[in-house]
Amino acid sequence: MNTDTLSWTAVCAADDILPNTGVCALVDGRHVAVFRVGESQYFAIDNVDPKANASVLSRGLVGNLGDKTVVASPLYKHHFDLKTGECLELPEFSVRAHEVRIEDGQVLVVG
Amino acid sequence: MKIVVVGHGMVGHKFLESLVEAGVQQAEVTVLCEEPRAAYDRVHLSEFFAGKSADDLTVVEPGFFERTGFKLRLAAKAASIERRNNTVTTQDGEVLSYDKLVLATGSSPFVPPVPGRDRPNCFVYRTIEDLEAMTAAGAKSKKGVVIGGGLLGLECAKALRDLGLETHVVEFAPRLMAVQVDEGGGRVLRAKIEELGVHVHTNRNTVEITDGATARHRMVFTDGTWLETDMIVFSAGIRPRDELARQCVLAIGPRGGVAIDSECRTSDHNIYAIGECASWNEQTFGLVAPGYEMARVAAKQIAGDTDAAFVGADMSTKLKLMGVDVASIGDAHGKTPHSRTYQYVDEIKQIYKKIVVSGDGKQLLGAVLVGNADEYGTLLQMALNGITLPTSPEFLILPSSDGQAKPGLGVDALPDSAQICSCNNVTKGQICAAVCDGATDIGKLKACTKAGATCGGCVPLVTQVMKFEMKKQGMEVNNHLCEHFAYSRQEMYHLIRVGQIKTWGELLAKHGKGLGCDICKPTAASILASVWNDFVLKKELASLQDSNDYYLGNIQKDGSYSVVPRMPGGEVTPDGLIAVGTVAKKYGLYTKVTGGARVDMFGARVEQLPLIWEELIAAGFESGHAYGKSLRTVKSCVGSTWCRYGVDDSVGLAVELENRYKGLRAPHKIKFGVSGCTRECAEAQGKDIGIIATEKGWNLYVCGNGGMKPRHAELFASDLSKAELIKLIDRVLMFYVRTADRLQRTSTWRDNMEGGLDYLKNVILNDSLGLNAELEAQMQHVADTYQCEWKTAVTTPEVRQRFRSFVNSDKKDEHIVFVEERGQIRPARPEERATASSDSLA
Repeated sequence: MNTDTLSWTAVCAADDILPNTGVCALVDGRHVAVFRVGESQYFAIDNVDPKANASVLSRGLVGNLGDKTVVASPLYKHHFDLKTGECLELPEFSVRAHEVRIEDGQVLVVG
Repeated sequence: MKIVVVGHGMVGHKFLESLVEAGVQQAEVTVLCEEPRAAYDRVHLSEFFAGKSADDLTVVEPGFFERTGFKLRLAAKAASIERRNNTVTTQDGEVLSYDKLVLATGSSPFVPPVPGRDRPNCFVYRTIEDLEAMTAAGAKSKKGVVIGGGLLGLECAKALRDLGLETHVVEFAPRLMAVQVDEGGGRVLRAKIEELGVHVHTNRNTVEITDGATARHRMVFTDGTWLETDMIVFSAGIRPRDELARQCVLAIGPRGGVAIDSECRTSDHNIYAIGECASWNEQTFGLVAPGYEMARVAAKQIAGDTDAAFVGADMSTKLKLMGVDVASIGDAHGKTPHSRTYQYVDEIKQIYKKIVVSGDGKQLLGAVLVGNADEYGTLLQMALNGITLPTSPEFLILPSSDGQAKPGLGVDALPDSAQICSCNNVTKGQICAAVCDGATDIGKLKACTKAGATCGGCVPLVTQVMKFEMKKQGMEVNNHLCEHFAYSRQEMYHLIRVGQIKTWGELLAKHGKGLGCDICKPTAASILASVWNDFVLKKELASLQDSNDYYLGNIQKDGSYSVVPRMPGGEVTPDGLIAVGTVAKKYGLYTKVTGGARVDMFGARVEQLPLIWEELIAAGFESGHAYGKSLRTVKSCVGSTWCRYGVDDSVGLAVELENRYKGLRAPHKIKFGVSGCTRECAEAQGKDIGIIATEKGWNLYVCGNGGMKPRHAELFASDLSKAELIKLIDRVLMFYVRTADRLQRTSTWRDNMEGGLDYLKNVILNDSLGLNAELEAQMQHVADTYQCEWKTAVTTPEVRQRFRSFVNSDKKDEHIVFVEERGQIRPARPEERATASSDSLA
C-alpha cells in the first residue's frame, strides 16, 4: 500500500507514552489504542472492546503470548494481538489494527 | 427401580454417592432421614465447639440432590417395614414402596441403666441436637463429666473443655481407650490428657446419680467414692439401631445389629444393611471406613455387580485427641500366637511406641503409638501389604541418632493396589492416575479422588505418593507462574527479597524471558509492593500494574470507574459524610454503601478521577484500596463503647488495625472483622482475619473467606492482649504474603498447606521456622512506609496527566452514557443508548 495515499494523523509525542503502556487517541472520530512496547516499538488497534462496547483496550497490560505481542483487555482479560487486532480467545470479537509510525518524535496513526 | 434408603448419616450418604458412581440407571431413590438435617461429619463433631457450624460439617456436596434427582426427606422417621408388601411406613403414616431397601440407621448411644440417668442435664453425644443441648447446659455449668473413656468419650471431653468446663472422664476399665491401646500406651495417654487439664478417673463404675451438694449431680461409684458435677455426658458405647429389622423379623446378629452377608444383604433378599447398624460375621463396626466399604458394596450389588463383596475391615486408626496423637494398627494387643513386641517408652517426652511382629520376625502384625504417630503411615502400609520387615525392626520406632534417616517405606515399595485412604477406599494407583491427569496439589487431589478428604489421617502419605508420581512422570512439581517465569509466586518472592531486586527490568533480565504478561506482571508488582512498598505508579512500576491499580479505581462495565475513600472500621464523621455527598453531587456520581461498610461512588470518567480525589483528600480521606489485591476493610460491630452487650472496644481496635495494615499488598484481597462479643455482629468468622472479644482478651480466627465457596475462619489463638494480637496478625499476614500462590485466598492457602492449621500454628506461635522476627520487621516496614497513593498521584504531575480519556483531545468518551434509576444514574443498556444522549446526565 502506498503510504502517501493513507491519511496519517499525529496524535502525540513518542515520549508521551510510558514504555509498555497504551493511550487512547481520537482519530477521525475513531477511538484508537496506541501502545509503546519497550522503548521504541509502537502498535495501534481499536480502543473499543467489542464484547463490552467500552473504550478501554489502551488501559490493559501489555506482554507476549508465545510469538504474539498482545494486550489483555482490562474488562475480561481477553488477549488482542497488537499487530493484527485478532482476539485470541474469541476471534469473532477481534478489532481493527491501525498503521502507526514515528516521525520527528511524533506518533502518527492511520484512522 | 425404586430404592428406599432409611437413614441419612455419613454411610447413608456414601451409599447414595456410590449409587451414582456405580452407574445405576433409572432409579427412583427416596431417602428417609430421621434427623432434621442432611448427613454431616459425625467423626469431626467436636469441631462444632471450636467454631464450626452444622452447615460447615455437612458431607453433602452442594447441588447433589438437585443433580441426581434423589429425594431427601428430612425429619421423616421410618416407623415400620411390611416385607410382604415391600413397603415402608413413615411415622406420619406415609407408605413408600420399594424394590430395594437399604437400612443405614446407624447406632444410638448406649446409656448404662444407672438410676438417675434421666435427670435433666444428662446428655448423650451423637447428634447436632445433642451438641446444642450440651452448649446450652455448658453455659450454666462449671463442671462436666464424661462417662466413658474410649475414642468418642475423649472427643466429648475435648468438647466440654472447649465449652470452658472443669472436665472429668470416668472410665470403668483400668485404662482409657482400652480397645485400641495397651497398658503402656494407656499410661502415657492418661498423663498427656491430665496435662491438658482433664481429670481422669479409671476403674470407676457408676451405680447411682443423685442430687449433689456443691453441684447439680453426685455420681456414686461401686467403691463408695463419689464425684459431683453440673452436667454428665454418656459416651459409654454405641448400640446398633436394629429396631426396624426386629420389627419386620430380619435376622439379627448375636451382639445386635442387622445380620448381613458379604454382599451386605440381610436375610431378606431385597433388603440391605450398611454401616453401624449392620452385623457381619458376628461383628459390628463403629468406624466410618468399614461403613463406607459396605455402602460401596451394596451400591455395586444393586447396580448388578455380583462380585462386589465386603470382607471385613481393618480397624486401624490414627487420631488426634485434644492434640495428643494416638494410633492403633492391627493386632495392637499382640493376641496372635507366638507374636513378639518391641516397645519404646519416653516418659519425659511422653511417647509410647510398640510394634507387634510375627514369630519369625518378618511381618508386622500390629502397633500402638501414643504421643507421636509419625510412623503410622509407614507401619500401616507394612502391616496391610505384608511387606517384609527390615532386619532390625526396632529402628522403626526408635528415635534416630546421629541424624540417620529412619528406615522408612519408600513409596515405590507399595503396590498400586495399596489402599492409601481407607475412609474413601483410594488406592495408590488411583492417586497416581489423578496426578497424571493434572491433580498436582493436595487440594486438587482431595477434590477429585477424595483421598484425605474425610479423616485426614492419610494426607502425609498421599502427599508422598503425589510427589513420587510427579517425579516419576518427569513433572517438576510445576507451579511455574507462566511462560515467562519458571518459578512459583513463592519462589519469585524469594528471588526478589534475597536478590534485593527493585525493578521489573532487573527481575525480567535476571530470571524471566520475553515481555511478561497479565499474569506475571501484576504478581511481580504485588511482591515488589509488599517487599519495598514503593509508590505503585512510579515510572518503573506503573506498566506492571493491573488496570485497576494503574488508575487506582475499579473499572466498571462501561469504562467508567468507582471511587472508594477509606472509612476505617466503618466509622465516618458527619462532616465526612457531607464531604462525600458534596463530591458525589458535584460530579453526578451514583452512591451506594458497600458490604465492607463504606461509601462507594460510581460513574467517574478517568479524567475526573484526580479532580474527585483532590476534593476527597482535602476533606481528610485516603484511598480505600478497593481496586487492589490488598487490605480492603476491617468490619466492626458497635462494641463496648455504646452497645449494652459489648465486652471490648471493637470499633477502636478495628480503626487501629485498618490504619496499620492499609496499603499492604498481598496475593489476594484481605478482609478483617472485629466483633465486640460472641454475638459476632461483625461476622468476623467469615474473614481472613477475624477477631472476637471475650472477657479474657481477644480471640483470633484465621483463613475465613466469603465468595463462591464460603469458608469459616478457624480459631488460631485466644485470650490475647492487643499487643499479642497484633504481633500474631503481623506474622500470619506476612507469611501468607510470602508463601501463597498468585490469587490464592487465605482459605485455599490454608487448605493446601501440608500439615494444615497445626503447621501454621507451629510456624507462627512456636516459631518453628525461625521467621517471626523477620515477618514482624517486614510488616512494620510496610506500616512505616505507608503513603496514600491517591495523594501522591494527584500531587505528581507526571502521574496525574496519565488520567485522560484521549491523549489528543478533551472530548468525553461517548461510550459512557447514563440513564436514571431510583433517583440516581446508571449505565445505559445497549437498547437504551440509542435514545439517551451522553450530554443529558454526564
